[in-house]
Amino acid sequence: MEIDPFIFRLSIFILAIFIGYYVVWSVTPSLHTPLMSVTNAISSVIIVGAIIAALAGSSEDLFNIANIFGYLAILLAAINIFGGFLVTQRMLAMYKKKKDKK
Amino acid sequence: MISVNLLAIFYLISGVLFILALRGLSSPETSRQGNFFGIIGMSLAIVVTILSVGNFSSGFIYLLIFLVIGGSIGAFIAFKIPMTAMPELVAGFHSLVGLAAVFVAISAFLNPEIFKLGTPGNIKIASIIEMSLGAAIGAITFTGSIIAFLKLRGIMSGSPITFYGQHYLNLFLGLILIGLIYYLCKSQVDTWFWLIIGISLFVGVLLIIPIGGADMPVVISMLNSYSGWAAAGIGFTLENTALIITGALVGSSGAILSYIMCKGMNRSFFNVILGGWGATEQKSSTSDKEQKPVKNGNADDAAFLMKNASSVIIVPGYGMAVAQAQHALREMVDTLKKNGVKVSYAIHPVAGRMPGHMNVLLAEANVPYDEVFELDEINNDFANCDVAYVIGANDVTNPVAKSDPQSPIYGMPVLDVEKSKSVLFVKRSLSPGYAGIDNDLFYRDNTLMLFADAKKMTEEIVKSL
Repeated sequence: MEIDPFIFRLSIFILAIFIGYYVVWSVTPSLHTPLMSVTNAISSVIIVGAIIAALAGSSEDLFNIANIFGYLAILLAAINIFGGFLVTQRMLAMYKKKKDKK
Repeated sequence: MISVNLLAIFYLISGVLFILALRGLSSPETSRQGNFFGIIGMSLAIVVTILSVGNFSSGFIYLLIFLVIGGSIGAFIAFKIPMTAMPELVAGFHSLVGLAAVFVAISAFLNPEIFKLGTPGNIKIASIIEMSLGAAIGAITFTGSIIAFLKLRGIMSGSPITFYGQHYLNLFLGLILIGLIYYLCKSQVDTWFWLIIGISLFVGVLLIIPIGGADMPVVISMLNSYSGWAAAGIGFTLENTALIITGALVGSSGAILSYIMCKGMNRSFFNVILGGWGATEQKSSTSDKEQKPVKNGNADDAAFLMKNASSVIIVPGYGMAVAQAQHALREMVDTLKKNGVKVSYAIHPVAGRMPGHMNVLLAEANVPYDEVFELDEINNDFANCDVAYVIGANDVTNPVAKSDPQSPIYGMPVLDVEKSKSVLFVKRSLSPGYAGIDNDLFYRDNTLMLFADAKKMTEEIVKSL
């Protein structure tokens, strides 16, 4: 009997939680705000689902209700991706060491 | 067109790049590179998805239009937003992730064929469960974040809103949600699905309204975590590795931050979530308030004390963010340093309205990050320091947390400000802080109160230095 692909995905999920656990504990507390904004940006990778929802399906019926939700989700996720990464970049650029200044 | 297996490999690569993005944040030097990895991972995921669908008809044009519009809005916000508004911004972004998750779940439910999940009315049971969970958590994240946004922005009062039977109502609604998901699996009627989303939207509001302003660091981290779990739920539905990995990363990241914040207040997670802490304690403490003498000072006194000190520790809090005093503060510190005074900054884990809030503001004011210390790193130094300059912080310095087991904040880790030779306390009035308890520090002999707006007072001190 073959293993259900769901089990593979579940394994990836559980292992990724552990990776997240150890990686996030190593984040320095002074960078916790950029951490939040960058996690925000990467969770918008949900845009891949939105792209499939918007593009796939029959092409003669471009704006059926499912596609429209896909386009709206693309819009929201795009705001988040650009906003999240750029604001993180802006914040990180401000963190300077003492020596750099002199 | 890309084969399914190749596509899965690319998603795995972008998942790994996201892990590296978070890893980079372990130090400010590597953080910029980390952010770059994140951007590459995201671009990769988007490009291969478009290629895999391989539909470059008019639909593709619309996709680009929406991408560009959304991207410009995001970029505009990112460049315009003042650093003091960062908590609101993050809350606002969380709400968008939540809503996007809901939208993707809706389109998967209405048109399951494109995701290869079955046909409408006959979707695989596992997919139904995954997409309803994704939609429910997404909806809770959406409305919860909006409430958090309104509270942080000051549009809605930051005081907790509680009513009788609140927790039972939440429990009841939670049970209804489980029941609805069960019925949706059995009959796949549209109505159940819409009801799940509707009730979840309502639950999101109910969950956040009882939580007070100063508990916002926990709320933001918690919503961060939720947005991750919502993404993971959708990732399972769409069988997409990049989404599953990212969801797990973000989910655990938010959970860890919530834990750190709760620990910083010595409260259990449930205690914060159930809310209403400040509201009940406030009454008991204001009733037995007695007039105790305080020493009142002005900018000249403060300038004199600090100029003649050999070391000064600055303790910033939310008041500094409200008054936007960080630039004035840096100016003051520069002048002090010219006079040979050693200055460092002490940051309590829950200072401000989100994790790391104070650090970002100080970084904005060009304070080098190696002068800024965490609670554990600097707490012993207060004993050897001449002046502690408390600007906009209150509860996190209250010695009562160490001495009085009756106090609601007893056991909370606090900065040992009272151990320094003298304490300068910039505050607008003697009113108690968020926890609603009097700060013992105000009445100590070595405390000098500076009653003024944090920014104005700091500017005046700069002048008299």
